[in-house]
Amino acid sequence: MSVVDPTASTPGFVPLSRRGPAPIQAVVGYGFWLFLLSDIIIFAALFATYAVLSGETNGGPPGATLFDKTHVFIETACLLLSSVTCGFASLAVQRRDKVFAYLWMVATFILGALFLHLEWSEFAVMVASGNAPSRSAFLSAFFTLVGTHGLHVTIGLTALAVMLLQIETLGFSQKVRGRFYCFSLFWHALDIVWIGVFTIVYLGAR
Amino acid sequence: MQIESEPQGQAPGVQEQGRATGRTYLVGLFYAVILTLASFWAASTNFIYAPGVPVLLAVLAIAQMGVHLVFFLHISSAPDQTNNFLALAFGTFVVGLVVFGSMIIMSNLNHAMMPMDELMRMQR
Repeated sequence: MSVVDPTASTPGFVPLSRRGPAPIQAVVGYGFWLFLLSDIIIFAALFATYAVLSGETNGGPPGATLFDKTHVFIETACLLLSSVTCGFASLAVQRRDKVFAYLWMVATFILGALFLHLEWSEFAVMVASGNAPSRSAFLSAFFTLVGTHGLHVTIGLTALAVMLLQIETLGFSQKVRGRFYCFSLFWHALDIVWIGVFTIVYLGAR
Repeated sequence: MQIESEPQGQAPGVQEQGRATGRTYLVGLFYAVILTLASFWAASTNFIYAPGVPVLLAVLAIAQMGVHLVFFLHISSAPDQTNNFLALAFGTFVVGLVVFGSMIIMSNLNHAMMPMDELMRMQR
């Protein structure tokens, strides 16, 4: 039901100037959308840094020898599936279906945690083999970009755990559904950023 | 969230009532999986002319971002999504400025800078 340009001749037509402010959900959702876009601009700055520094290995190993494509593929699969389970969870929250909401939220949490675990183990192996952020400008940029994304995933998982508790204690109230809706926007946006990460950092490694 | 259509426009990610189904997410997953597999294949195959691979990867990544926006975030060009769409367009514009602007400026500076060994020799 879109706004099908009601002509002034329609009975009961109210001009736009007299319709009053937008409902609170639309305002909150729009504000959160603006926040997400500005967050993506932060990532754009980090991507630009990485693109400039990706060749400056200071005699250290380049990306192509450091990264394991299979590992990255599993991480990508985890994040993509968690995006879909998050979508199913938001459908269940809309239906106020507690069982399925929990089920899909827990699935999202497990997939997200698995992603973080894989990323952490990759970082640990790299640092243990002497390829820490201080090794070269390339590695500094790599750890900053991928680490910032990982930090966002951690924040998302925390928010998801809080949402699980809030649905338990507050039920599907208007506020809780609004919060869950913002969380799902955040989670989908993180997956979009990850597309850039795996394409530019891992698949584009020279 | 149960949200009626509002004259002032809709928040992003909100589907119109009665149309929000799991099908949308499954279709999105289907496209995303195909595009992801294509990306990983393109990066590891010798089948494609090597200098063309980065372009192909960029196209696949942008296509997948579009799939995520449409099927997961439900962004469309519908009239009640005008605000969201304009914000997205502006965000994309700024991202492009930051990324490509930085790359152009830095490659220019690199080009204009004296090679390191010559610089060292001059300082001696």
